[in-house]
Amino acid sequence: MTPMIALEGVSLAYPGGQAAAVREVSLDVAEGTFFVLIGESGCGKTTTLHLINRLLEPSAGQVLIDGEDARKLDPVALRRGMGFIFQAIGLFPHLTVAENVGITPKLLGWPAPEIAARTDELLELVRLNPAEFRDRLPARLSGGQRQRVGLARALAARPKIMLMDEPFGALDPLTRDELSAEYRALHDRLGLTTVLVTHDMTEALLLADTIAVMRDGRIVQVGSPKELLSAPADDFVRSLIETPRRRAAELAKAVAP
Amino acid sequence: MIRVAWARLPEYLGQHVLISVSAIAIGFLISLPLAVAVSRIGWLRGPALAAASVVQTIPGLALLALFYPLLLALSVFTRHAFGFGFRALGFLPALLALTLYSMLPVLRNTVAALAGIDAAVLTAARGVGMTPRQSLWLVELPLAAPVIMAGLRTAAVWVIGTATLSTPVGQTSLGNYIFTGLQTENWVFVLFGCVAAALLALVIDRLLALAEDGFALRSRGRLLAAVAGLIIVVGASLAPLFGGEERPIVIGTKSFEEQYILGAVIGDKLDKAGFKTVRRDGLGSTVIFHALEAGDVDVYVDYSGTLWTTQMHRADMPGRKAVLGQLSAWLKTRGDRSVGTLGFENAYAFAMRRDKAKAMGIETLADLAAYAPRLKIGGDFEIFSRPEWAAVVKTYGLHFAAQRQYQANFMYSAVADGDVDVISAFSSDGRIAQYDLKLIGDPKQALPPYDAVLLVSPRHAGDAKLLAALKPLIGSIDLGTMQRANLMVDRSDDKKTPEQAAAWLARH
Repeated sequence: MTPMIALEGVSLAYPGGQAAAVREVSLDVAEGTFFVLIGESGCGKTTTLHLINRLLEPSAGQVLIDGEDARKLDPVALRRGMGFIFQAIGLFPHLTVAENVGITPKLLGWPAPEIAARTDELLELVRLNPAEFRDRLPARLSGGQRQRVGLARALAARPKIMLMDEPFGALDPLTRDELSAEYRALHDRLGLTTVLVTHDMTEALLLADTIAVMRDGRIVQVGSPKELLSAPADDFVRSLIETPRRRAAELAKAVAP
Repeated sequence: MIRVAWARLPEYLGQHVLISVSAIAIGFLISLPLAVAVSRIGWLRGPALAAASVVQTIPGLALLALFYPLLLALSVFTRHAFGFGFRALGFLPALLALTLYSMLPVLRNTVAALAGIDAAVLTAARGVGMTPRQSLWLVELPLAAPVIMAGLRTAAVWVIGTATLSTPVGQTSLGNYIFTGLQTENWVFVLFGCVAAALLALVIDRLLALAEDGFALRSRGRLLAAVAGLIIVVGASLAPLFGGEERPIVIGTKSFEEQYILGAVIGDKLDKAGFKTVRRDGLGSTVIFHALEAGDVDVYVDYSGTLWTTQMHRADMPGRKAVLGQLSAWLKTRGDRSVGTLGFENAYAFAMRRDKAKAMGIETLADLAAYAPRLKIGGDFEIFSRPEWAAVVKTYGLHFAAQRQYQANFMYSAVADGDVDVISAFSSDGRIAQYDLKLIGDPKQALPPYDAVLLVSPRHAGDAKLLAALKPLIGSIDLGTMQRANLMVDRSDDKKTPEQAAAWLARH
């Protein structure tokens, strides 16, 4: 079966000749997979995500979306077909919640009543009462509510692929756990293919079907959480994957009588 | 005097609003896309902002004045190259200068506002699948709108203020009150013009502020109220301009009292003959002749010697009659028409205090030459750059210790108070008698005669009804009468308006 997303030997060198941001990355993301890219800051995981919806163009290698060379697709149409959500969210401050959520359908030329119906449906889906939130401006939302709106906006045009860049990173821990669990359920229910970027291994282990560990622009290891736990490729992966367990142990020691 | 000022308000305000709004609108339509281009193309930013800033450093009056010769040259070129010219005076130079003036605030604010948009919002715009154009129209410009509006407000206030300076290039504006008032020392007029321009700027500023709030608070009501207010103010101001179908006769005047009085005399005659008239006041002495030839001015009074030297470029002095005869013939070849002489001369004549002249034994310019190196001379803004001055200097070998320039009003008190010893007076000026000045003789006839001649533009050169209405003025004003009329306006006690002096003149 063709993978939904495939990267084949993709590199991106930033101008100025410094170290390549991404070097010869190859990945297959099968349809319906919850795929997590993890690594430390500056390892190239966000860059890799931006190469998928052509916010960035690779300097070598190719990106395939559902078997088609992404370079041959119109980048604007490509992005309208993918949900994109990132930590800063980037809600349009001059538009209401409903207008933010309905933006991609509007760009795609959906009729207004259909957009309105879809907007309410999505607000219900992300558990925001449409009657209460529809006409609010982003400035009058809490951090968690904003990210829910961001999620609804990303899902609006019924994308098959969701690209998420530390989407829950700025939220308080309770909201964050609640929202990530809700999203995982949505992923399964809607049959999405999700690529999520994070530096939080606990989040990765709890959400992912497949985890790819990145370091210095390269993929170090790809596998299921279980595979990574049982057979880490090197000491870096081992120390990374053991972080949650180690912290749990430290916690137990700290609170022990 | 207030009543006279009110009567002129519809025309002055209408013209002021017309020129300001046109300049602001065109400036906005140029600077907004330019700002977008600048924010997209990095290297454009420096040159564009620098150019706009340089324009801002040019004094408003100089910028306006600059466009007149520029357009005149261009018009001459197009007439030769393509067979048509255009009017280098009035609306066009004022429009171009004010448009340039209005650009910097919008340009600078828009560039800053676009640069200041949250990067996350721009990433999101791309991420949801907007094209660069959609990102601009749906996200960037709406977010920048309040700051852009603030720039537009600044531009509007600047332009409405600076538009008062478009009067000397022949565009009627509220500045007509100020310039006329300054020349005739009519402080009511000056104040009236200043207050009217300030009020207009204030009203437009408040309405644009309302629109700015509308954008910032996303309040459709405020936006609609602002737009409605602007339409009402601009519409009401412009309405009088579209009142009459018939093109009025334009009476031009130069910038001194005698001209204002004669303008009023002509206006009165034409009004009585059933013509609709408007005034273009305070035009420069060369500008007004070009305006006549271009059809911007239909009737005005010039002086034979002025045209002889500055327009015909003649240096010889064949005598009074010959000058008039050749002038009329020359005017005919250009399509203009001289209706005739009014009956008096307003000549350049050098004057000094009678006691001083007596002490030095000065009767003529030849006597003056011996004392000149120890004396200071005062003149108006034109004399020292005019051919007449060069002729006098050459003929009599005059060299003064110092030259000073004054507004004509202040020149007479300067010589009376002893700030200068000699002035270039005007023979019809009432203040020569008032200050008891002695006119210095010109035995070698270095100065040409300056008969007041009534001129009509090519457009009306064959207009029998107009010519018939003007005919009674020919030979009707002698020097003594003109001097007395001038003094009525010049003196500080029992001061009269040019209109009152004109009415007095009509009775004598």
